[in-house]
Amino acid sequence: MSQIPALIPTSLLLFALVSLLVGLRSARGAQLLAVAGMLFAFGVSALGLREVAFGGDTLRYAVGNWLPPIGIEFVFDSLAAYMTTLLTFTGAVVTVYAPKALAAETDGRQGMVYPSMLLVLAGLTGMCVTGDIFNLYVFLEVAALAAYALLALGERGAPVATLRYLLFGAVGGGFYLLGVAYLYFAAGTLNMAELATLLPELQESRAVIVAAVLMVLGLAIKMALFPMHFWLPDVYTNTASVPAALIAPIMTKVSAYAIIRLWLDVFPPGFFTEGVPIAAAIGWFSAAGILYGSVLAIAQHDYRRMLAYSSVGQLGYIGLGIGLANPIAMVGALLHIVNHAFMKGLLFMVGGVIKLRTGRTRIPEFVGIGRAMPWTMVAFTIGALAMVGIPPTAGFFSKWYLLLGSAEAGAWVWFAVIVASSLLSAIYFFRVIEMIYRDPERDSAVKDREPVEADGAPVSMAVPIGIMAGGIMVAGIFNVLIVRALLESVVAPLAGGG
Amino acid sequence: MMDPTFAWQPVVAVFVSAVAAILLSLTGEKRRNLRDSWTILAALIKFGAVFSMVPGVLAGETFEATLVEISPGIEFALRVDAAGILFAMSASFLWILTSFYAFGYMRGGNEVKQTRFFAMLATCLSATIGLCFSANLFTFVVFYEILSIATYPLVTHSGSDKAYAMGRQYLIYAITAGMALVAGMALVWQAAGTLEFQPGGFLDADMGTGMLWAIFLCFAIGFGVKAGVMPLHSWLPNAMIAPTPVSALLHAVAVVKAGVFGFVRLTGYTFGPELMGAIGAAAALAAFAGATILLASFIALTKDDLKARLAYSTVGHLSYIVLGIALLTPQAMLGGAYHMVTHAAMKITLFFCAGAIYVHTGKKKISQLDGIGRQMPLTLAAFTVGAVGLVGVPTVGGFISKWYLAAGAVDAGQLIFLGVFLVSGLLNAAYLLPIATRAFLRTSEDHPVRNEASPLMVVPIAVTMLLALMLGLHPDGIFQFFSIAELIVSDVTGTTFGEGGTP
Repeated sequence: MSQIPALIPTSLLLFALVSLLVGLRSARGAQLLAVAGMLFAFGVSALGLREVAFGGDTLRYAVGNWLPPIGIEFVFDSLAAYMTTLLTFTGAVVTVYAPKALAAETDGRQGMVYPSMLLVLAGLTGMCVTGDIFNLYVFLEVAALAAYALLALGERGAPVATLRYLLFGAVGGGFYLLGVAYLYFAAGTLNMAELATLLPELQESRAVIVAAVLMVLGLAIKMALFPMHFWLPDVYTNTASVPAALIAPIMTKVSAYAIIRLWLDVFPPGFFTEGVPIAAAIGWFSAAGILYGSVLAIAQHDYRRMLAYSSVGQLGYIGLGIGLANPIAMVGALLHIVNHAFMKGLLFMVGGVIKLRTGRTRIPEFVGIGRAMPWTMVAFTIGALAMVGIPPTAGFFSKWYLLLGSAEAGAWVWFAVIVASSLLSAIYFFRVIEMIYRDPERDSAVKDREPVEADGAPVSMAVPIGIMAGGIMVAGIFNVLIVRALLESVVAPLAGGG
Repeated sequence: MMDPTFAWQPVVAVFVSAVAAILLSLTGEKRRNLRDSWTILAALIKFGAVFSMVPGVLAGETFEATLVEISPGIEFALRVDAAGILFAMSASFLWILTSFYAFGYMRGGNEVKQTRFFAMLATCLSATIGLCFSANLFTFVVFYEILSIATYPLVTHSGSDKAYAMGRQYLIYAITAGMALVAGMALVWQAAGTLEFQPGGFLDADMGTGMLWAIFLCFAIGFGVKAGVMPLHSWLPNAMIAPTPVSALLHAVAVVKAGVFGFVRLTGYTFGPELMGAIGAAAALAAFAGATILLASFIALTKDDLKARLAYSTVGHLSYIVLGIALLTPQAMLGGAYHMVTHAAMKITLFFCAGAIYVHTGKKKISQLDGIGRQMPLTLAAFTVGAVGLVGVPTVGGFISKWYLAAGAVDAGQLIFLGVFLVSGLLNAAYLLPIATRAFLRTSEDHPVRNEASPLMVVPIAVTMLLALMLGLHPDGIFQFFSIAELIVSDVTGTTFGEGGTP
């Protein structure tokens, strides 16, 4: 038995509690504790990742020493290690970034923000390490409740948008829980490993089929899979920069992770592809979502709203990888979880810097920012190119694996969607790049707009942004290391044509 | 990871200018002499590294460097062969000259954002040499995309509304082309399970004609855009809004020839000439290239703007090379390969002259050039040599390449393309020579005294003119371009050439 699986969510919970107490007195102290907590959890994840990737063992922990199937089990395998390392890394980076943006955009409540951030991370990492489908629901709601609190910060519209998210999130959670109940009545256990051995005999059972559909549907709402994305754009647009930079990169991905986990490790091989075509349905909705999100992103003038619609499209890539149901496409989907976290995190953090220094959020008002903050805009450009999918940035490789997967599956419509979407994202990102580098003194089209006079990003914001930009390059060039060390074993169950 | 045969020269040749781009960005406008010396240093090292490999390549050596596995089963790797070194030699040599010329041009015209300009130019050169030395399709596409993106700030350099409009058009073409390449590459991987370039090609007919055509179409779009094959050419004349050193080096040599070089890799090292012929793809490509040669020449006749006329001339001449490749006969390929070098030398001379005239006198239109030969005789003499060479008059390099192209068309039994080459030679004369006669034979009060542009511009013009002449008088001179071109053709087709390029 290893302590690592349990240590990640519990340490985050503990740090949340302590930073809450400290946060009543000092926002600075709460932030330092939050950074420490995130870094601690990241360190534990990284240690565990090393053991899983190079030792080849899955780490298990039985809560309260009650062995499964009676007790709850935490399981730390390649997929869990991959996810928790990403989550805690992103969390740490955003927590370092947070103070200046929070001070500018919120008033008097900053000490309370950090405990919420830690709670979100505790919930999300818990979802990744748990080996129990009901416990997953509990962590899902922990993360969701803390996220609602965070997202309600920000502009006037934020609370209303978040309330809408809360309502739909509750519906999603409800569907999932209903599915869990069906499964429990059919199989008599909530433990994932146990279910995996029992379900092959029950796969004709209606209860099991209904359970699968309900659970996936619930998670799809949480994941903002098109057309269940409608809560997302308003939330990301109105909330403050810090919650956006924390939630947008990781939260929806963990629901996607849960779908992948159910498919690969709970339900029998082939269950999602034959019989009830759950995978194919996710794939088609995703393909539609990619086009819908990209087209709407082109129509936006608000930077954050553009990013929000772009997220709807980008989540479609993960869904397409699930829909294609072959190993290489699934590798693409899993890589995209990390790549998109880096890209979106970077882009929202840049948005926060622009808002802090200039107060602007509308793209047509970005004239001349390239000159005012050149290095931040270099980072932005790297992020934008990655979103378009220009090699050798990370964003290229997820698309590349998805293309290979589509070619292998003969899914030519999806193949065309992936190709077309790059062109669409090029349109909306190069529009921003063009505006940033326009020179109002020499350019009659923007002459009447006031050029930006502003300082560059403060160090506490520039360093996290630089780390994300570096991460995009490193995760691109060295993607094969990730694929070989972790992802190949994750997608192995699909190799048999299942 | 690093095997004993790891060769440093290609790595240095590719990445030295990327390092220079970072250094010169950090140096900045305030210390511009230091900044500009990074460019020169990188250009010299780059050319030195490329040149040092020429004897080895001619002796049959290959220089390889595997850097990192970039996708399971696919390595990010460099390999230097005859085809790569031919293009790399011409691009890296002309970069040295263009750098000096650009200092004169940018300082003479008091251009803004010079640091960004030189950084992007250096990045483009890294990408160009990178795609020359790519060992496989994946590496090639990575550099091809970097080249596309790094050119964008150069196209929009002037910051005017028009420049942004043209930049948008450029990007749409370039990104569409890039996605077509990535799609084609995914299909190749699906069909063949490898992306490694092989002399003579690695695809075979078992893969099914439908699949092969799909692959060919993807690549034809991807490369055709950069190579300016009609109807994918219209970005190129518009991209001439960039400063002239960019038009000269990128839109006459590096970027556009990257597209042409793509066709070399496609025909010679991916499909193989036999398969290209067998499925009929070569014939289709030849038809488009032939039509482009004639149409572009006619359009060039109608242009009064000097750079626009030269741009359409470039569109036509790029298709000479594409047609040479598509004819598939050894002599045509030899002519095409050699034309990559000769056209580069001649066209860059013409663009340099156009830029010198613009910076020195502010004139852009051909109708304003009456009598300018009196004021700038050296510049206009160089222009005349370049123009005569493009027409195909002996003693200048263009004659040699056109000779082999024409002979190759006869070999292939495609007399119609022989006709295309001859007619377009006449059209070349019709649109280029009047500029020279106007400059020298007419008089105008605008140009009373003799004074040339800055030596930073005139000396590079003289050197490229001499290079164009040398390529015609002594094709195997110091840089041995002709031998390299012969080696490409024998790599691809297995034909060996005797004395004087006869198979």
